[in-house]
Amino acid sequence: MDLDFTPAEEAFRAEARAWLHAHVPAAPLPSLETEEGFAAHRAWEAQLAADRWSVVSWPQEYGGRGVDIVRWLVFEEEYYAAGAPGRVGQNGINLLAPTLFDHGTREQRARVLPSMATGEVVWAQAWSEPEAGSDLASLTSRAVRTGGGWLLSGQKTWSSRAAFADRAFGLFRSELDTPKPHQGLTYLMFDLRAPGVTVRPIGRLDGKPAFAELFLDEVFVPDEDVIGEPGQGWRVAMSTAGNERGLTLRSPGRFLASADRLLNLWRTQGSSDALRDRVADAVIGARAYQLFTYANASRFLDGESIGPESSLNKVFWSEYDIALHETALELLGEEGELTDTDWAEGYVFSLAGPIYAGTNEIQRDIIAERLLGLPKGRR
Amino acid sequence: MRFLLDPEQRAFADSLNAMLTAADTPSVVRSWSRGDHASGRALWRRVAGAGVFALAVPEAYEGLGAHPVELAVAFVKLGRHAVPGPLVETVVAAALLTEPGPAKRLLPALASGEAMATAAPAGSYALDGDVATTRLTWDADGLRLAPGHGPVRTSLDPARRLTHLLPGGELLTPDPPVAHALTWARLATAAQALGVGLALLDRTVAYVKQRTQFGVPIGSFQAVKHQLADAKIALEFARPLLFGAALTMTEADVAAAKVTACEAAYGTARTALQLHGAMGYTAEYDLSLWLTKARALRASWGDPGECRAAVLKGLDGLNDLNGLSGGDRRS
Repeated sequence: MDLDFTPAEEAFRAEARAWLHAHVPAAPLPSLETEEGFAAHRAWEAQLAADRWSVVSWPQEYGGRGVDIVRWLVFEEEYYAAGAPGRVGQNGINLLAPTLFDHGTREQRARVLPSMATGEVVWAQAWSEPEAGSDLASLTSRAVRTGGGWLLSGQKTWSSRAAFADRAFGLFRSELDTPKPHQGLTYLMFDLRAPGVTVRPIGRLDGKPAFAELFLDEVFVPDEDVIGEPGQGWRVAMSTAGNERGLTLRSPGRFLASADRLLNLWRTQGSSDALRDRVADAVIGARAYQLFTYANASRFLDGESIGPESSLNKVFWSEYDIALHETALELLGEEGELTDTDWAEGYVFSLAGPIYAGTNEIQRDIIAERLLGLPKGRR
Repeated sequence: MRFLLDPEQRAFADSLNAMLTAADTPSVVRSWSRGDHASGRALWRRVAGAGVFALAVPEAYEGLGAHPVELAVAFVKLGRHAVPGPLVETVVAAALLTEPGPAKRLLPALASGEAMATAAPAGSYALDGDVATTRLTWDADGLRLAPGHGPVRTSLDPARRLTHLLPGGELLTPDPPVAHALTWARLATAAQALGVGLALLDRTVAYVKQRTQFGVPIGSFQAVKHQLADAKIALEFARPLLFGAALTMTEADVAAAKVTACEAAYGTARTALQLHGAMGYTAEYDLSLWLTKARALRASWGDPGECRAAVLKGLDGLNDLNGLSGGDRRS
């Protein structure tokens, strides 16, 4: 058991740090959830990609460096410690790309991944529907067979980044009257600017259009944009839900950097006794999340799969992120009410954490049933 | 970087676990609580025989050298089985006795289990001061071998018998490594608390699977599941802090592990009590042995506030969350 990095890993860290030091914008970019900010973040993705830093864990042929999970963790630590911008392409990189690596064709990977790596194409997710949230398998948007492809119709909602994104991916019902609701679903990619698509941005709590509703009316999708077999979409989508994605959805580097900023804020504000314990908890939580992830990364490198354990991760970081930002806002006093600070932006973003990517209620059910072995019951 | 227990470390944990499972520790704890120490002393020698105390004793004094990771592995199991006695205090004594003369005289018997030590700063309660054969106490003048102990006070955890140590006695060293010993104390307590929490979770999960109400196991209710899921999350995030601290042995990492493991164990105790209902509130039911220990360990060797303060004190200046990842994060 050790926490030592190899000289090669340390060299990789130094290389990443040097590049970031030279390239991270001196002033923060405008909010990613605005048109202007989205464009600025997209340009930053291109800059990262030009020197192969946007998707370090991907194979070289798609724009990555082919590094293992330890170097990915190292990169993420350096990335957030350097104060680098949020990742506008993260939905595609964290959710769609792993699915393409596991279930896509070589042609699909070659066509989709390079433009994802550069930010030229930004991807939105299209899972939830007005009547299908936690019970995702009850979705009713249709994919109907047509010559050379499929016609998509229905409504998707809470589609993160869709207000300004280019393409989307999600599940559609391609067979009716299946014995179980999660059968007969197909995983498809589609163009948000195709004829028949209407994107209606939704303002989140602070009014910024961080997500959108999608109305689809016989939107044509060619066969080449089906991932996996038609009708097998649920299996395709869920197979990458745990595993590595559980480790990579939120990197420890992000929370280490946030805790570091909080500690500095607390000290700048006079190291008040009143909030001392909560600042300490933010520091401790970041370290715990880092070490928990190191342990899971070690298991992953040993060839073990990370399944329902990723639910422990998700509940932990989402609640941690809110607590950290609440502490920051309290430290800011009356300034904490203002919306034009980095802390306020982070706070509003953090509030969504326990809701998206599987609500924390669903995650706790998974922990109880699949890790503790408790009997299934009514949700 | 391979942040997982090695096969030898896992085998050590398994063998200790098998030995303690066979030892029927609940009956040992109950005897110990009544002041009947015979079975507890026998178990103590077996724990020492497995090499547990030797993990804190240098090889020069018949120990195995300092092995904090293995010590943490062992103390998780000791907590899991609610083993009674001044376990942490014996580790503290080993950490305090660095002066060659006293070390040569006292440490071999601690490593072998012939002796049992307690340790406390002057004016504080010492655990099991009536049973311990080596009683260490310290103040500004140095570390002393206490000449005796005061009356036994009962703890909420009946297995913890608290006494003051009498002043005076032989001066062993004027300048004992108190901060170093406190780090070992907190590491061992964190491990013990994690074990206590894991035992409480296991017992409660088993209980809610077999206890039925309204015609179904109560473990099928979401209100029950979610409390246990939260206990599981808290314990699983305490575990890497514990082993990370055992690797670095910095004051901040160890304090972080102590407060997190103790809070996780105590939170699990509250959940365990609630989900067992009135049964869990009885002294007769064995769950009480772990419930009360979870509360007692929380304040032992540094309460949550002291540990949180130690975490922040250990981080000096900017860019300091990189202790484990190397170098200046913002060069």
